[in-house]
Amino acid sequence: MSREIKRFEPSDNEVILGILNDSKGVLDKLYEAYFPMILQLVVMNSGNDDDAKDVFQESVIILYNKVKKGDFVLNSKLKTFIYSVCRRLWLKRLSQKSRVTGNIVDFEEVLSVECDIEQQEERDKQFDLMELALGRLGEPCKTIIEDFYMNSKSMQDICEKFGYTNADNAKNQKYKCLQRLKKLFFQA
Amino acid sequence: MDVTEQIEAYLLNEMSDEELAAFEQSRAIDPSLDRKVVLHEQFMKQIKDHGEHRKLISDMNVIHAQLDISAIREEVIPTSVKIKVLWKKYRPNVAVAASVAILAVLTTLLSTGSFNQATSIRSDYNALRREWSRDINTKVKRSQNEILQNINASSKSPSTPSLFSGTGFALNTDGYVVTNYHVVKGADSVYIQDNDGNSYKATTVYIHPSYDIAVLKVIDSSFKTLRSLPYSFKKSGSDLGVDVYTLGYPKDDLTYTRGYLSSMSGYAGDTIAYQVDISVNGGNSGGPLLDSKGNVVGIVNAKQDKTDGASFAIKSAYLLEAIQSMPKDSLGRKVILNTKNTLSSLSRGDQIKKIENYIYMVKVY
Repeated sequence: MSREIKRFEPSDNEVILGILNDSKGVLDKLYEAYFPMILQLVVMNSGNDDDAKDVFQESVIILYNKVKKGDFVLNSKLKTFIYSVCRRLWLKRLSQKSRVTGNIVDFEEVLSVECDIEQQEERDKQFDLMELALGRLGEPCKTIIEDFYMNSKSMQDICEKFGYTNADNAKNQKYKCLQRLKKLFFQA
Repeated sequence: MDVTEQIEAYLLNEMSDEELAAFEQSRAIDPSLDRKVVLHEQFMKQIKDHGEHRKLISDMNVIHAQLDISAIREEVIPTSVKIKVLWKKYRPNVAVAASVAILAVLTTLLSTGSFNQATSIRSDYNALRREWSRDINTKVKRSQNEILQNINASSKSPSTPSLFSGTGFALNTDGYVVTNYHVVKGADSVYIQDNDGNSYKATTVYIHPSYDIAVLKVIDSSFKTLRSLPYSFKKSGSDLGVDVYTLGYPKDDLTYTRGYLSSMSGYAGDTIAYQVDISVNGGNSGGPLLDSKGNVVGIVNAKQDKTDGASFAIKSAYLLEAIQSMPKDSLGRKVILNTKNTLSSLSRGDQIKKIENYIYMVKVY
């Protein structure tokens, strides 16, 4: 059943360093090296291309978070980690769709990744909440918050971009926006 | 406003050394301020993480969009699985399509009557036996009555009207009567009734389904041997255009009809039969087709619907052939056919007078 997938695989250390340094190329390499494996896994187990995409991206996000948090200990091959995470995620989805329960055709060896996935689920919930809160915040608040806190722009830039007469006004506006965001986020 | 401002400045390292020292001191003595700092730091981080999470997804989507997914599929998925996947995906559609197709075919076949073999080819071919009742229950009841009648043995004639009737005519003087096979097919019991209204019980002693011929033998003790037959059987074929007539029982009285041989072959080119332009009806089946000299040239057996003047009669040659091939043990002894014709010089009316006593209504129960 299984077909050997021949792909250039970046060394695991290279990938981890790349993630830590926010290197652009590493994501490309990761995607190219491991996505076919996941596509195979998902499609052979009654999924489609989009399912494979979702599952794989989720696993990459988990990897990124883990590495950035600093608690990623490489005690297996990176490939095995990604495969295990995707496998677990896909099994979960399958049981939610109640198509197949339990058994899955395996192509690689498997690690236990339950813990990582639970953490990620919590994070995903937070992500959705934040997305919702930002959406409700409306403009210009949303952009101000995004520019300042996510893109680390200076107050001066924001002031110019939105045409505030001075930085204090902008600061004031940003403060109000942040308060509202907090309210929306924690209330939801 | 002030506090949050300060916390943010503190967290973003925008404070001067003095401010920083002051802030740290007040943080150390005020636990609620400390808590606010921690919470704000967390929230700021959360927003920042959120931004990174978003960026990661959008980066990956860009990469994904550049990939040639179908090429990767080609590479990693064995063909059999692709077919399986397709099959899984379209199985319901296939199932629905197949059922619709089957249903449509069956409906068409049913509505065009293809299942009814007898009528599929010969949909306009109408065997001329007379039907009294289509009720199957009656048929069962009739046969029960018949059995009772037999046990009581009190009456010569059946107590109830027959389900089918046709015509038959004497083969010889010993009580052998020929009729169509389709008249007696599926019969529980068979009676023949002569022109005077006397009924006699008969049995089928021989059938030839492909020529549609049946030979009956009267088994009633009250049956008296006939006087010699006035008609003879024509061994050779007749000619096109020859005048013919028949006698039969399309109703309860003997009925005469005449016509002419219109074709040397029967329904759909059937060479066993003649086509006769003669108006015959249900009940005429099994009647003799005689030419003007009183020779039996055929046995009326069917007509074609929706076509004028197309009735059919089995050629006498085949009747003779059928009789020749009758096994002896079904007869007891060989049937000797009359060869002397006493009708040839008589007028039609006189011919009929002579013949009518040899023509029977065949009643089938």
